[in-house]
Amino acid sequence: MAVPTPPAAQHDRGLPAPPAGLKAWLTSPAPASRTQARLGRFYRGWRGFVRNPAAMAGFVIVLLLLVVAASADLIATHSPTVAGDLRTERLLPPGGEFWLGTDDQARDIWSRIVHGSRVTLVVVLLVSVISMPVGLAVGTVSGYAGGVVDAVLMRITDIFLAFPRLVLALAFVAALGPGIENAIIAIAITAWPPYARLARAEALQLRGADFIAAAKLQGASPLRIVAVHIVPMCMPSVIVRVTLDMAGVILIAAGLGFLGLGAQPPQPEWGAMVASGRRFLIDQWWVAAMPGAAIFIVSLGFNLLGDGLRDVLDPKAAER
Amino acid sequence: MSAENAAGTPPLLDVKNLSVRYPLRSGVVEAVRGVSFVLGRERLGIVGESGSGKSQTGRAILGLTPQPGIVAADRLRFDGIDLLSLPPREMRRLRGRRISMVMQDPKYSLNPVMTVGAQIVEACRVQKLAGGRAAKDRALDMLAAVKIDDPRRVFGLYPHELSGGMGQRAMIAMMLVGEPDLLIADEPTSALDVTIQLEVLKILDELVATRGMGLVFISHDLRLVASFCDRVLVMYGGRIVEEVAAARLGEAGHPYTRGLLGSAPRLSGSVHPLPVLERDPAWLA
Ligand SMILES: Nc1ncnc2c1ncn2[C@@H]1O[C@H](COP(=O)(O)OP(=O)(O)OP(=O)(O)O)[C@@H](O)[C@H]1O
Ligand SMILES: [Mg+2]
Repeated sequence: MAVPTPPAAQHDRGLPAPPAGLKAWLTSPAPASRTQARLGRFYRGWRGFVRNPAAMAGFVIVLLLLVVAASADLIATHSPTVAGDLRTERLLPPGGEFWLGTDDQARDIWSRIVHGSRVTLVVVLLVSVISMPVGLAVGTVSGYAGGVVDAVLMRITDIFLAFPRLVLALAFVAALGPGIENAIIAIAITAWPPYARLARAEALQLRGADFIAAAKLQGASPLRIVAVHIVPMCMPSVIVRVTLDMAGVILIAAGLGFLGLGAQPPQPEWGAMVASGRRFLIDQWWVAAMPGAAIFIVSLGFNLLGDGLRDVLDPKAAER
Repeated sequence: MSAENAAGTPPLLDVKNLSVRYPLRSGVVEAVRGVSFVLGRERLGIVGESGSGKSQTGRAILGLTPQPGIVAADRLRFDGIDLLSLPPREMRRLRGRRISMVMQDPKYSLNPVMTVGAQIVEACRVQKLAGGRAAKDRALDMLAAVKIDDPRRVFGLYPHELSGGMGQRAMIAMMLVGEPDLLIADEPTSALDVTIQLEVLKILDELVATRGMGLVFISHDLRLVASFCDRVLVMYGGRIVEEVAAARLGEAGHPYTRGLLGSAPRLSGSVHPLPVLERDPAWLA
């Protein structure tokens, strides 16, 4: 039996009605629970983020990319790989049937770009997932251990940093053989050194800290101290750096694709699409320009997002 | 502790001529110079002014002297084990499980991004005492043992959410999960108000009594140490200038100890002018 509660009784319980006062609840200076404090902090970070239009634009672009990649099968109007009628549908300009035109294989460029977003996302994600742990591990071990270990690991890092990234990635793909998997590995190999440098700098600061001495005092082994105490402290700055690097990863992946060392045909990879459109640049500009625009917009989006995230996650940088 | 020696059991801690030096660019800092003492299962107090080398002595025993520091000693034995020649792996097995140290400042000695509970559980794991639920129960028991009112709540708090006294007690809990035979407590009560100070002392006292633990109690409060410990070492400039039984502190002979006693405030009567510690460079010779 639902007995209607008189409004006064509800008021007596002293609970603020969440929907009406959600904002007040989130911004409460005296949070009642840990969850509320956490959500509140998240909300304040979000507010700062929203107030930054560039960051917001980046966020929207990346969000769009995610949506497009997730629903590529629904959004694409044609097959990305199966060629159309080569006699009548080759190199058609943008129009009603083919929104962004067709390429020299009579494939719909819109559909290829939409499916290409998956390739781009996979590259970005895998490169981050591979290079971040490697950079963290090398940097924290190097910074904490010091001495010979530090010298050796940092000289190796220096060697990697001495080459332009695209050139180094090119060399690795050439050695491993062309293909999207090898391109991902090659890019990851070139991506970790800056993370290692960053993590090492933080580990150096931490290793003299009293709580590290306290951990040693409990008999923790050096590896355990690095894994449990040092890595979590180095994580935030490395994550920010990784998001800032994502645009660069996209460009290098596109570069490798353009040179024919990344994704292999008929896989719809943006860089490779630009390369194949190069031959028709003067008369059928859209074949190269459309995937080029996609690369431009997405890498811009990641750049803006990374900048905005840094401002939110690292208050020191934001004040400057 | 000569009685124990006679009976054939080594003393818990045997330190002879311990020195800690820091070769710095600006010259060599002698933090500890020629400290010797023997400790059984008793409460030993170390007092001295700030910078007299109390903490450095404690850290040297645990092998935690920070980087350029050089530790030397004629003898540094724990329960018959030579600590100076012990390989790092063996030293790690001793730390926490057999010797532990409550560090001076809980604000810096607790990991700021781990909850108190997680840190105590981590200590259990490192010392292979327990894992999973058992470790959590043990951590909660330990928090309760150091008289923290609401162990479940404190378990989930981060160090910056603790009061100074809670932090100090959490630190003690963390350092005692391994049930060590020897605890070095570096000013465990300096940050606390008098009532909590007494509580913490009572906790330490109980542990010494029930577990037969040896305790090195470092403090700069001579009266407190005298009332709490069995013996007192007075340090000055990295040296032990006097060793007295706590009960006979009043009969201390060294001018520095007398000076320390004389500068303690008194309830009855006022002292004018306020006494100033006299320091004689000859004491360092
Ligand atoms: N890392 C270091 N490098 C150089 N000198 C040091 C270092 N750590 C400590 N010292 C020196 O060692 C001496 C003893 O320091 P210690 O920390 O043992 O003093 P303390 O007796 O514990 O003082 P307090 O009561 O203030 O804690 C001091 O003179 C200090 O300057
Ligand atoms: Mg000290």
